[in-house]
Amino acid sequence: MAAEIRPKRPFRWHIGIFLAPAVLVYTAIMILPLAGTLQLSLFRNVNESQVFVGLANFRTLFGDPNWSVGFWNALKNNTWFFMIHMLVQNPIGVLLAALLSSPRLRFAAFYRTAIFVPTILSFVIVGFAWKLILSPLWGVAPHLMDLVGLKSLFTPWLGKEQYALTALSLISVWQFVGIPMMLIYAALLSIPEEVIEAAECDGITGLSQFWKIKLPLILPSIGIISILTFVGNFNAFDLIYTAQGALAGPNYSTDILGTFLYRAFFGFQLQVGDPNMGAAIATMMFLIILGGVCVYLFLVQTRLRRYQF
Amino acid sequence: MTTKLLTALLLGTSILGSAGLAHAEDVTLNIESWRGDDLAIWKDKLIPAFEAKNPGIKVVFAPSAPTEYDAALGAKLAAGSAGDLITCRPFDKSLELFKKGNLADLSALPGMENFSPVAKSAWQTDDGKASFCVPMASVIHGFIYNKDAFEKLGIKIPTTRDEFFAALDKIKADGTYIPMAMGTKDLWEAATMGYQNIGPNYWKGEDGRAALIKGDQKLTDKDWVAPYEELAKWKPYLGDGFEAQTYPDSQNLFTLGRAAIYPAGSWEIGLFNTQAQFKMGAFPPPVEKAGDTCYISDHTDIGMGLNAGSKHADAAKTFLSWVASPDFATIYANALPGFFSLNSAPVKMADPLAQEFVSWRGKCKSTIRSTYQILSRGTPNLENETWVESANVINGTDTPEAAAKKLQTGLDSWYKPAK
Repeated sequence: MAAEIRPKRPFRWHIGIFLAPAVLVYTAIMILPLAGTLQLSLFRNVNESQVFVGLANFRTLFGDPNWSVGFWNALKNNTWFFMIHMLVQNPIGVLLAALLSSPRLRFAAFYRTAIFVPTILSFVIVGFAWKLILSPLWGVAPHLMDLVGLKSLFTPWLGKEQYALTALSLISVWQFVGIPMMLIYAALLSIPEEVIEAAECDGITGLSQFWKIKLPLILPSIGIISILTFVGNFNAFDLIYTAQGALAGPNYSTDILGTFLYRAFFGFQLQVGDPNMGAAIATMMFLIILGGVCVYLFLVQTRLRRYQF
Repeated sequence: MTTKLLTALLLGTSILGSAGLAHAEDVTLNIESWRGDDLAIWKDKLIPAFEAKNPGIKVVFAPSAPTEYDAALGAKLAAGSAGDLITCRPFDKSLELFKKGNLADLSALPGMENFSPVAKSAWQTDDGKASFCVPMASVIHGFIYNKDAFEKLGIKIPTTRDEFFAALDKIKADGTYIPMAMGTKDLWEAATMGYQNIGPNYWKGEDGRAALIKGDQKLTDKDWVAPYEELAKWKPYLGDGFEAQTYPDSQNLFTLGRAAIYPAGSWEIGLFNTQAQFKMGAFPPPVEKAGDTCYISDHTDIGMGLNAGSKHADAAKTFLSWVASPDFATIYANALPGFFSLNSAPVKMADPLAQEFVSWRGKCKSTIRSTYQILSRGTPNLENETWVESANVINGTDTPEAAAKKLQTGLDSWYKPAK
């Protein structure tokens, strides 16, 4: 019997056509600018013209103490900024979600909305409002603390080197705690009743039910939140800029990669902007975030167990 | 249909346009500026005054937003569509335009002789040979004080540093007023109203500034560290929580009458006059001993130059000569109290506070902020670092010596003075 000749599959044009809009838009507004930034970081302005200099900008960034000190300081501050979010924002988010999903809680919808509202506020409003709240002159914070006899604990947090960054991180936590709360809340709601009932039949209730049943089921969501926090924090800029200005005072103690990039790229006051060094810093930010996301994807995500119901 | 309409419109405009040309032989000059705030003053006062004297020349003031000005101007100059007259930022930004050939050399312009070398320094080549903008206005630093408070406490205007600190001590002991309204949150207050305000008395104004640029003096020298030592002494006299006090906070603290002394720039006069409910006075930075020569920061802030590509260069030069005249200076300085004419001819001003400020020019020597010319071209930027270090010194997180050393090390890393 002669071998059956397999009919040649026609080329599937429709796949390309359906993908095209997304690919084109994504290329135009994401990939091209990114490639442009990478390219810019390899050039330098010499006598009014762009000259290819290889990795010289990166050598300056890491070798010249005028740049490297600022860069490491910004990276260190950024890491602290991220750690506060991981240690404060996400646990509080999980806690709030757990409380909200409790069937005995009344006015859950109200709390949910109230806690989520700051997230949709503009950074400018948040920065300005907190600057006023914490103002030693007319702020409500010193006044309220005075009422409960804790005035002595008040210091001008935003103006002190040792506290400013932590204070700003906590402001950011206040603003964004709604996001982990919402995501975890959704994950908690999607746990099927049968699983919970089965746990109850086995005598697992209350806190141990949360630790042993619910938490493992929402771990993938917590992973996603962590990576969102990581990307968001290492791209952060707005809050520091609105609250502390581009010089991220006092004494650069609140300087994060975003503000460092801003000063290098656009310049500030008498400082003239240097787009090439700015692009080099932006490239480093890209690599740091890329590295963090890769670590998550290849080391964490693949080990997370998923449960199918 | 639409094409027809468009054609008709285009035809209409071209006819109207040529009709306008046929009518008037007038030359129209356009002024580029970032001072949108001054639009009314130009339109209602300055331009009519000029046009009345110079028939045949029309002037249009066309400002753009301050944040967009430099970029927009650059683009317009490149495209050849920029106005004939260009409002000049001080120092490097205008120097760059001159080097690119966008601004014409005005060294020989009639009227330039009305300005002192300090006034012209902001718009000159580094060697001082070519000037390219007519200086328009400057701001002067000093201290504004609450007259009522001084009278109540029986304090005389301090002229020496000892008197100054004695006055601060007295205000502090009394407790009604915060002795001095200044914060370090925004950093620049500490540098501009602090270091650059009291500094010229120590480094002897222009002498010190020129020596610093030449490399004969260093920021670690006694004359440059001493202002930091004085700033460090200010700390106890500032309000509670001054570390988080912003610039608007300081302004409000003073205009609400809660503080007695405000380290100031003269640009505050306009706002303070409308907000403060008490009488105000001003005094220049106190000197060491009575009778010492005093120095003030009389910082050049705004000027006007000629677009090298202008088609009406002669008319524009006529206008610039007028800008350089005492007539212009009088109108401008009175319309904007606190922005002082740089003209050598004395200008009569109605505002008493502005008069007080400008009277110091007669008894003190003028200089500009030390970091602005040449020294802020590299990385790290000396001006920005001065902000940070001045705030550090007042906050007490850096000693004066450490701050000066940081600044000099940063400057040395890129600046090699011409020997």
